Amino acid sequence: MKFVMTSLISLSKVIKTYKLGDDVEVFALKGIDLEIKEGEFVAIIGPSGSGKSTLMHIIGILDQPTSGVVKLEGSDVELLPEQKLAELRNKHIGFVFQAFNLLPKTSAVENVELPLIYSNVSAGERRKRAIEALQTVDLGERLNHTPSQLSGGQQQRVAVARALVTNPSLILADEPTGNLDSKAGDEIIDLLKDLNKKGHTIVLVTHEREIAEQAKRIVEIKDGLIIADHKTR
Amino acid sequence: MIPVSEITKLAVRSLLRNKSRSILTMLGIIIGVSAVILLVSIGQGLQSYITQQFESLGSDLIVVLPGKVGGGGISSAPNLAGSKLTLTDVDRLSRLGGAIESVGAGIEMPSTVSYLGKSKYTTTAGLTAEYQKMRNLTVSDGRMISDSDNRSNRNVVDVGPGIVDALFNGANPIGKQVTMGGQKFQVVGILSKIASGGFGVDINSFVVLPLTSAQQLFGMKSVQAIGVKAIDKDSIPQAIAQVNKELGKYHKSDDFSVVDSSSLVATINQILGVVTLALGGIAAISLVVGGVGIMNIMLVSVTERTREIGLRKAVGAKPQDILIQFLIESVALSVTGGGIGVLIGYLGSLAINQFINTTVTFWSVALAFGVSAAIGIIFGVAPAARASKLNPIEALKYE
Repeated sequence: MKFVMTSLISLSKVIKTYKLGDDVEVFALKGIDLEIKEGEFVAIIGPSGSGKSTLMHIIGILDQPTSGVVKLEGSDVELLPEQKLAELRNKHIGFVFQAFNLLPKTSAVENVELPLIYSNVSAGERRKRAIEALQTVDLGERLNHTPSQLSGGQQQRVAVARALVTNPSLILADEPTGNLDSKAGDEIIDLLKDLNKKGHTIVLVTHEREIAEQAKRIVEIKDGLIIADHKTR
Repeated sequence: MIPVSEITKLAVRSLLRNKSRSILTMLGIIIGVSAVILLVSIGQGLQSYITQQFESLGSDLIVVLPGKVGGGGISSAPNLAGSKLTLTDVDRLSRLGGAIESVGAGIEMPSTVSYLGKSKYTTTAGLTAEYQKMRNLTVSDGRMISDSDNRSNRNVVDVGPGIVDALFNGANPIGKQVTMGGQKFQVVGILSKIASGGFGVDINSFVVLPLTSAQQLFGMKSVQAIGVKAIDKDSIPQAIAQVNKELGKYHKSDDFSVVDSSSLVATINQILGVVTLALGGIAAISLVVGGVGIMNIMLVSVTERTREIGLRKAVGAKPQDILIQFLIESVALSVTGGGIGVLIGYLGSLAINQFINTTVTFWSVALAFGVSAAIGIIFGVAPAARASKLNPIEALKYE
């Protein structure tokens, strides 16, 4: 782990508005300044409607701000075409979703390979890296199981492996425990902590304080503004 | 963009994941393509069968038919019932000489033939010896109906092998007496079996008798057709002129028509060509319906796979990656369906070939296959474009 932590993603004065109908503008984000450094484990917490999903989409380069600057590893990402954004997501971001979002009827190892297909990795190399990622999440024995043959906790671990496999700068977990019982949820959080210890930068979006407490830093958001930003220990 | 080979693998894998849906989607195309190939092959078979039949008559043959037969177009049929042509005309023509080598005549009527309580409804033909030659009739046993049979108006018949089976249980009928229209006829020969069966007409159950006896039997004074053989192919125009001139002396011009076999073949081929096109066109409609089916399923599939598309985009799929994957999926469905359709159409036409001549032509296969591939692309574009334009955030939220 590096001692001087470099900025991985930084947002300054980020505003995001949505148009409802012709004249009504809704402010989802009202001016966010946030910097996430390499090796951090940040929890973004806030009630529903607070803007935390919008913030997560902007951090994940799935969406772009109405105004403000977003820098990924020092370079601007706003105003890039859709194709370039897809490339950046593929290279830099690993997503873990609340609903797992695994391809049905498709084996665990093929699910994990998916991001590598879109970055032009050869078939042999893909398989090798997917197996390694599944071993990291302790599913080395379940390579050929399809999602329906796996428990919820196991499915989410496959999703974590899929997020890991491209060796991204940032793992972005959106309510990863939301669809799991508390035991399986704890296992996922432990897995994320473990990955953070190994050097992965992790951003966890949640509405549960108990889960947010597991991170090293908590960013609280309410009504489109950051209302608190502190280390947990 | 990632290589098309990789996208193709993705597309094929996703089709295999939904086997039953893929097969059902292809069904429309399979039916359309096989129908096109089958119907066109029947039309083509019909055409070549008829051409073949006419060519076996000989290309130096002229036929005089009663009434006005459409010259080159599709107009009236010969007026067989009201024929004003008689055996006297036949004698006049045969005395002409010049470009005319020989003249024959015949009538054809349906009739019931019976023997010892068994009977069969079939086609009976009263023919002169010359006309039998022109029609390439031969006997496998016994003798042909001769000129002397015709002159003396004898009650003798040659029967086809179908009659031997139906009335005599396959036993030798020569010398036996069959009954037609209350009169007794002695069987003197068995007609040779004619190889190809055609269109429900049992040509092997033919009964041939002297033309004069047939006229007596059916109470007719006229003949239905006069065959004129020219000395060679090049003399046909001269022979036609001779026939027209001679018959014109005794008949009104719309009482008879002179046709040579090649112009008849051309006319019939023209008609059958239109029929074949029409059949192919009707079948092509079902191909289009199949294409709409593919579009329908692909649109449903885009909706159903919204989250999948969202996920693919989130992990780095570019819009073109998605577009091409969906396009390949629909083309793969239509081309595979087209291939299966070609196979079924081909096998089907082989099966029908047992009853009716069929000819699978290259152009019908190429057309059906090409059209199905084109349908895959055309009807795949809209769903694929929709998929590629999905917003990943909304797609991932989609329930």
